[in-house]
Amino acid sequence: MSPRRVVIRNQSAEANLFARRTFIAFAIVLLVLLILFGNVFNLQVESFEKYQTRSNSNRIKLLPVAPNRGLIYDRNGVLLADNKPVYSLEVIAENVNDIKASVEHVSQLLNISPERQAKFFKSMKSKRRFKPVELHSRLSDQQVALFSVNKHKFPGIFVNARLKRYYPFSDLTTHNLGYVARINRKDAKKLEQEGKSDNYAATYGIGRLGIERYYEDMLHGTIGHQEVEINNQGRVIRTLNYTPPVPGKDLTLTLDIELQMIAKRALSGKRGAVVAMDPRTGGILAMYSNPSFDGNLFVHGISSKNYNKLLNSKDLPLINRSLQGYPPASTVKPFLALTGLEEKIITPETKIHDPGWYQLEGLPNKYRDWKPWGHGMVNLTKAIEQSCNIYFYDLAFKLGITKISNMMEKFGFGDYTGIDIHEESKAIMPSVAWKRERYNKPWYTGETLSVGIGQSYWTVTPLQLTQALTTLVNHGERKVPHLLKANSELIIESSGNAYHQITPTIYEPRAPLKLKDDKNWNVVLEAMHSTVQKFGATAYKPFKGSTYDASGKTGSAQVARIKQDEKYDAKATSENQRDNAMFIAFAPFDKPEIVVAVAIENVAKGGGATNAAPVARQVMDQYFGDRVITSQTHNVKANKNAVTVTTHHEAD
Amino acid sequence: MRSSGQDQQKVHTLWQRLHIDIPLLLGLFTLLALGLFLVYSAGGQDIAVVYRKARSIGVALLGMFIVAQIPPLVYRKWAVPVFVLGLLMLVSVLLFGHVGKGAQRWLDLGFIKFQPSEIMKLIVPIMIAWFVSQDSLPVKISTVVQAFALVLLPTLLIAKQPDLGTSLLIASSGIFVIFLAGASWKLISACVGLASAFVPILWMFLMKPYQKQRVMTFLNPEQDPLGSGYHIIQSKIAIGSGGIEGKGWLQGTQSQLEFLPERHTDFIFSVFSEEFGLIGVAALLAVYLFVVMRGLWIAVNAQHAFTKLLAGSLTLTFFVYVFVNIGMVSGLLPVVGVPLPLVSYGGTSMVTLMLGFGILMAISTHRRFHV
Repeated sequence: MSPRRVVIRNQSAEANLFARRTFIAFAIVLLVLLILFGNVFNLQVESFEKYQTRSNSNRIKLLPVAPNRGLIYDRNGVLLADNKPVYSLEVIAENVNDIKASVEHVSQLLNISPERQAKFFKSMKSKRRFKPVELHSRLSDQQVALFSVNKHKFPGIFVNARLKRYYPFSDLTTHNLGYVARINRKDAKKLEQEGKSDNYAATYGIGRLGIERYYEDMLHGTIGHQEVEINNQGRVIRTLNYTPPVPGKDLTLTLDIELQMIAKRALSGKRGAVVAMDPRTGGILAMYSNPSFDGNLFVHGISSKNYNKLLNSKDLPLINRSLQGYPPASTVKPFLALTGLEEKIITPETKIHDPGWYQLEGLPNKYRDWKPWGHGMVNLTKAIEQSCNIYFYDLAFKLGITKISNMMEKFGFGDYTGIDIHEESKAIMPSVAWKRERYNKPWYTGETLSVGIGQSYWTVTPLQLTQALTTLVNHGERKVPHLLKANSELIIESSGNAYHQITPTIYEPRAPLKLKDDKNWNVVLEAMHSTVQKFGATAYKPFKGSTYDASGKTGSAQVARIKQDEKYDAKATSENQRDNAMFIAFAPFDKPEIVVAVAIENVAKGGGATNAAPVARQVMDQYFGDRVITSQTHNVKANKNAVTVTTHHEAD
Repeated sequence: MRSSGQDQQKVHTLWQRLHIDIPLLLGLFTLLALGLFLVYSAGGQDIAVVYRKARSIGVALLGMFIVAQIPPLVYRKWAVPVFVLGLLMLVSVLLFGHVGKGAQRWLDLGFIKFQPSEIMKLIVPIMIAWFVSQDSLPVKISTVVQAFALVLLPTLLIAKQPDLGTSLLIASSGIFVIFLAGASWKLISACVGLASAFVPILWMFLMKPYQKQRVMTFLNPEQDPLGSGYHIIQSKIAIGSGGIEGKGWLQGTQSQLEFLPERHTDFIFSVFSEEFGLIGVAALLAVYLFVVMRGLWIAVNAQHAFTKLLAGSLTLTFFVYVFVNIGMVSGLLPVVGVPLPLVSYGGTSMVTLMLGFGILMAISTHRRFHV
């Protein structure tokens, strides 16, 4: 710097200059303040609503609350599908100091497998902040207790309780109830399309198969919401508002679980199905398909090992046999007889001669009766009692396929019964049109003869059989087969009173099946009655000693094609080519309360009477208990002269 | 004042003997008290934060009082050696400094860690005021050029740390002196032109990537709303959602639920705006305006060019804090680390500011000293 100079200063000029400059600076200060204020004014007044909205959407979150799924009961109030708390071990990584060490430590304590730990660390990678990640999905009570005692050692790790579906009767009810399984991508897409995604935001599982699937909407309920204030890390600070979820409706089924148990026991060791229905309502009392599987396995996500075991089992446990088609064999003879009466092809008195075989004019094929030397002179009643094939070959030939299939369709064969389960097969009621469409081939008369004994292309489901039998015993009044009896909804009044409002399900009756002559119903029904009640008739033995005045019809279906003049020998036939045993029954004769259909696959020995009828008997014994019912209108005396069944090949 | 009569005069003289400027002190107290309330609200309602802030205020007031006792003449005498010492410290910060928050700002002297750049906020205006007041005003062009060089030296050293906010404040404090000293308008417009030309050089060679990012974010914060734009977006939401009346003290959801970052430091104005609304903002700006007016009044009434320039520069620099801080949190300026003066939590900058006000009080009360 320069050496100190003597400066002559003009003090007042300097002061003026400084004051001017200060004033300018002050003016700029004012201007800047105005700009700052204007900007804040713009934010707080002009754009207030925009920023208020953004501020609220920052802090307010709607947390969905899953509704409790409706419970399912049997007709007597026995719980079939429950919601049980399941304990899972979850980790919020942000609250754990050393995640790896903590997880290892807790895994050691609770004996959690390295696989689960690996899975946990894998899902950790894609998790959101402050979202818990599952380390174990199903803790045992012991593990829960052990963890609770040591909880203080594991900040950020906690036990979460969730309600999950539980089926106390496991495989006994699976085919009817279906099960609830975790919502998968396909389900999610479907829910999205149906506009139900919002309602399922907090829901773990969705009904798969059976009642759970069919009544999903009723069982699910309505989602609730918790409006919470959260901080910047998504942690819930407090609840602002709570809309409770509306639980799903409880369902009461027509099913009787005790009857179901008997059905299962009766079928044990066999492949087959039993359906028992109340003909007065169409309500299904028991429906069991053996073998079955445990639906609980699917609730928690079945392991691929277990799933493959089910999928690859040659017993096909995943299939609901009650709703699958079987050749009906002789069980449809009463319906065919009724068709003959209706079409006036036969009268109750019409007789034909059965030499043991039937042959169409001009054709070499001989159609054989199950009894090699034939039944001699046969009328309608005897034809049903003895299950005479020749009578029905002749009847079928005279009726022709079209009249048969038209009438059988009226009984519901070849179409959905409309039961409240989606996994139903229509089975097949063959007709000329059907064959043309299916095989693009003409119908052959020989096939009509086979249809006459419930073979050929004809298949029926055990449920269809009960439906048709219901129509028969009701003299043409048709019922809708169903499982749902009533639903119950929890109503909470504004006063705080809560009660269950029970709504019985009403099934619109279907148009009745009218016959030209109403007497014909009884002709056929009485023939079924004597089939069971008359000594020597095909179903006499299996129901011997029963006290509830049962009626029925046996059936034995060929699975393998038997060549001309060849004899069937079960022992020489591979297991899955053996005959199926069929049986239908109802009781009591006067005012039927129960109809039963049984189908058993590939029996080793005998047919419907020895294999299927005893199953129906056990179910009916259970149903009637100690009740003794005798026929009021009608007395069947055992015909001592009746031909006894002694052949190697039992009545079919 | 006039109506209060003689008693008032006595009181006045008593305060003058203590070298305290009452109107200025009242303005400062208002801001400091507001700061205590806001720090409580913004600091998660933690009373410990308030105690710490109160302690800093105590230290700052003591420092201000001590500085106010020193006749301004003393600063002029010591201007050059202190300035040189300051530069040396800035250089040593760059060489041996302590790294904190990604920048080298702290110097560890063993017993105390401090930021030499903070002290430079006072030393630079003193130095420049001394330098330009040697000659009679208005300043000559050659003096302006030399003064600019003197300003640029510490500014660049601090910018290198990097501490853009402080270097900006230090540059302003020097430039204000030159402006108030009557630099010709031609020169000023030339400088503005030169500065504009300097911007691309600054962008390309001097600014660090994070500083460039800040500028980009300022231009379009919504571009990266969860990343670099998060601060400014949340700040604007806080201010905007406050509305006219505000959400009420301790009721600001943006701040209480921690959506707002740096709540008790740089972004405390957003907390204030959210909780007290436009009415509060108007009042706060009025208080700042009052402090600035009082500071400029002291400057105009100072008896010597040096003190006039120093007082004016300190006051205007104080206003730069206000402008830059409010401007940045409300989206008018890019985010540079400048606190809301006296209100934000943070002892260092407050102590420096209060020392500056101590100098203002000294200038206001030591009326007679040798020219």
